[in-house]
Amino acid sequence: MTNADRFDCAVIGAGVMGASVALPLARAGMRVALVDRGPICREASGVNAGTLTMQMTRAALIPYALKAWELWMDTPRWLGLSVGAEQRDGLSVAFTEAEVAILEARAAARRAAGAPITLVDGARAREIEPGLSERALRVGHCPVDGFASAYLTGRAFRVALEGAGVALREGVAVTGVERVRGGWQVRVADGEPLMATRVVLAGGVWLEDMAGWFGIRLPIKVLINQLAVTERMPPVMQSVLGIASGLLSLKQYPNGTVLIGGGWQGRGGRHDGRGDAFVPEALIGNIRLAAFVLPALRRARIVRAWLGLEAETADALPVLGPLPGVEDGWIIGSVHSGYTSGPFMGALLADAILGRPLALPLFPIDRLLAQKDAA
Amino acid sequence: MKVDLAVLGAGPAGANAALAAAGHGLSVAVIDENAAAGGQVWRAPAPSVTRDDADARDGAALREKLRISTVEHLDSATAWLIARDDAWRVDVARHGRSETVTADALVIATGAHERVMPFPGWTLPGVIGLAAATILLKANGVLPGQRTVVAGCGPLLSLVAASILKAGGTVAAVVDLASRAEWLGALPALAARPDLLARGALWRARIAAARVPVFHRHTVIRAEGTERLGAVRLGRVDAEGRLVPGAPEVAIAADALAIGHGLVPDTAATRLLRLRHRYDAASGWVAARDGTLAGSVARLWLAGEVGGIGGAAVAALQGRLAGLAAAQALGRSAAAAEAAQLQAGIARAGRAAAAMSWMMRPRPAMAGGITPETIVCRCEDVPRAAIEAAIAAGARDLNQVKQWTRCGMGPCQGRMCGEAAASLLAPHVGGRENVAPWTGRPPLRPVSADDLLGDFDYADIPIPAPAPP
Ligand SMILES: Cc1cc2nc3c(=O)[nH]c(=O)nc-3n(C[C@H](O)[C@H](O)[C@H](O)COP(=O)(O)OP(=O)(O)OC[C@H]3O[C@@H](n4cnc5c(N)ncnc54)[C@H](O)[C@@H]3O)c2cc1C
Ligand SMILES: Cc1cc2nc3c(=O)[nH]c(=O)nc-3n(C[C@H](O)[C@H](O)[C@H](O)COP(=O)(O)OP(=O)(O)OC[C@H]3O[C@@H](n4cnc5c(N)ncnc54)[C@H](O)[C@@H]3O)c2cc1C
Repeated sequence: MTNADRFDCAVIGAGVMGASVALPLARAGMRVALVDRGPICREASGVNAGTLTMQMTRAALIPYALKAWELWMDTPRWLGLSVGAEQRDGLSVAFTEAEVAILEARAAARRAAGAPITLVDGARAREIEPGLSERALRVGHCPVDGFASAYLTGRAFRVALEGAGVALREGVAVTGVERVRGGWQVRVADGEPLMATRVVLAGGVWLEDMAGWFGIRLPIKVLINQLAVTERMPPVMQSVLGIASGLLSLKQYPNGTVLIGGGWQGRGGRHDGRGDAFVPEALIGNIRLAAFVLPALRRARIVRAWLGLEAETADALPVLGPLPGVEDGWIIGSVHSGYTSGPFMGALLADAILGRPLALPLFPIDRLLAQKDAA
Repeated sequence: MKVDLAVLGAGPAGANAALAAAGHGLSVAVIDENAAAGGQVWRAPAPSVTRDDADARDGAALREKLRISTVEHLDSATAWLIARDDAWRVDVARHGRSETVTADALVIATGAHERVMPFPGWTLPGVIGLAAATILLKANGVLPGQRTVVAGCGPLLSLVAASILKAGGTVAAVVDLASRAEWLGALPALAARPDLLARGALWRARIAAARVPVFHRHTVIRAEGTERLGAVRLGRVDAEGRLVPGAPEVAIAADALAIGHGLVPDTAATRLLRLRHRYDAASGWVAARDGTLAGSVARLWLAGEVGGIGGAAVAALQGRLAGLAAAQALGRSAAAAEAAQLQAGIARAGRAAAAMSWMMRPRPAMAGGITPETIVCRCEDVPRAAIEAAIAAGARDLNQVKQWTRCGMGPCQGRMCGEAAASLLAPHVGGRENVAPWTGRPPLRPVSADDLLGDFDYADIPIPAPAPP
């Protein structure tokens, strides 16, 4: 193995996180390999609801999400292609007094973190979104909201990554990582291992397995989010709609389709096939909620529903920083509303790897490993 | 509803599976989206239509058997989701609400839909599917137009042309991908089915008597017209369906074109269940089944065309066999002799079926006739050029093509465009057998929100615990 065959960095997992780390590293002059066992951005990062939201994002992540939101609105500049990102008003609706209390607390916390959220009454909210239910009591309004078409993410990143000289290896499953002299050997299922000076783990819900390659026990909870989309219909809404407790996301794309999500749960896990994991009651519940918030949706036809796997840590805060006790090992993922924050989180980790000053702090994972001793 | 056996599809396969299982003491529900049983081939005519032909009689007989049986027939019922817990669970949208059928065993008999390879002008009014034309004719007693060109491949060509003539219509031409020699080569395999031979001979006699020009080894290059179809332009092809360069073209005036390039097993349900599928040169991607028709998971059988194109007779026999197998698996004593007899019948009829399905096989080179600006995905207006661009950008499987172009995301759920998109991808990945079909997703058919939701108020929505603050 000569130095010429060695990558400066191997990023494992080509979701929005891995791609967003690989791109700035390559642009900074590193030789980067980005490896995924499937095609690029076809797990969470290609099947998510594409909401670019502050009201659903955890308060602690608002400063990151605000910066990432700007990036999404501007992908033609830094990525080359559009992912269909559009700014829209975001509305988070409360129908009961209990939800009003949740809404007020959440809005206050997010406002304190920098999100421009105001609370309005139902009448004002219906000026913004005429189709909204008459039953809305109080509504959080945030003009920094919108959506992208998540299914275009891989296509846009792929062009940019290739342009930056990243060696993109799709359909290559990594089976483990070993320390070798002066770097890492990345073993893959069928084929020659890759050699790299640094590794970045960006495996979404599979981060728990990947951390295991280093003997690190990092529990990752798997959320199995169900989504449904309607066929094209005449305009029924223009905002991005949610509810105070966070379990709805609703938007109509310019092509007329309405995407219904919010994190209603299917079944299964990270090692299951996904086909039998639908929970019909949850799908119907989700669509009922959507049609309650926006009554015009009763006329919709549902053409497709699917599941995607989202990662969550014990404290629901990200995994973002060095691998503890591992030289030249890094990890990124488990970001709540991670599609929204992805591009900024990736760039932040790239800055850390490059030894540059950081615009915002990382989320080192040491805090999540404490229970290793307790176990 | 809780039953021993749920059957999806009430065509020749599904209806016979239900009858056989019920005959051996199982409680059975058969689910079908149509108002009456019969499936595609034995589709019930509208009340205003009177017909007397073999298919009509077979269909009527089947419906009568179902009526007097203990089978619970859920008609006008769309199965939109199938899942497996301890038992099978089928969610059905029917009469404006969703209900659940649970069953210990499941037979999937969802049949096939038609393959139409796109060509310039195929979206013009006046152009319809060949199999769709059989529905017009038999269910509604309606002619496709004043002067119809009948084009494509397989036995439906003569069936449709002869039916149009019988109903008093005009057939401007029959355009067949196959050569005369290919048809002659298929004859020996039909020896075991004198009924089919006789029927085919009758159809061809009618076509000849009407002096309808028949173009063998030809395809439709283009459908011409502005507001609607005015003419059909034909060209010569080779055995793979590739246009012969420089061969003279023929233009035929017509206001209707019925065109179809074979049948595609409807694997929406089997893909949703992540069953094992395999590529078959005659039928394309099919759900894999063993000699007893068992699928790749327990207590599931696949009857009829979902597992391979084979026609009505084979489908009906397979249905009975699957129904017996389910009864036996659930502890009823099914006569082994009957099963053996059915197996033999399937083997006998299978030769003819294989010959006919081969006439309808996917011909890979046909995608060559799709010009860059021709719309491939009609629901989402995706032209061939957009699909080629996605492939050039690195898409190497159908799901990625779908994600990057929206091809297949519309209400037909990829039924219309899937074969064409796969044929365009095939040369980049080493052939059609390397292009796995789209991942199956619910609903199995588009369902209206109104039908799913029923009446409810806010308090009835089981909203889960709030997301983390
Ligand atoms: C249905 C759904 C809806 C969502 N909606 C929104 C939303 O509206 N707004 C929002 O901001 N966020 C949303 N999210 C969250 C967001 O999608 C995720 O936070 C984000 O996409 C995670 O990106 P990732 O790169 O960490 O993971 P992923 O995109 O899952 O990428 C991980 C990659 O690692 C690869 N991999 C795994 N193991 C291996 C191995 N052994 N070898 C090689 N590669 C491997 C996988 O193939 C995969 O491509 C949603 C999530 C889901 C599932
Ligand atoms: C449009 C068309 C017309 C045809 N016409 C002829 C003909 O005239 N003569 C001929 O010999 N052959 C014809 N065929 C070939 C025909 O498919 C077979 O001969 C035969 O009908 C196959 O039987 P089957 O039971 O396997 O499937 P089918 O007869 O296709 O029965 C399947 C049934 O399942 C139902 N179904 C599928 N999915 C669902 C769901 N999710 N929910 C509810 N119901 C569902 C369908 O509506 C259908 O009624 C035609 C095929 C097609 C596609």
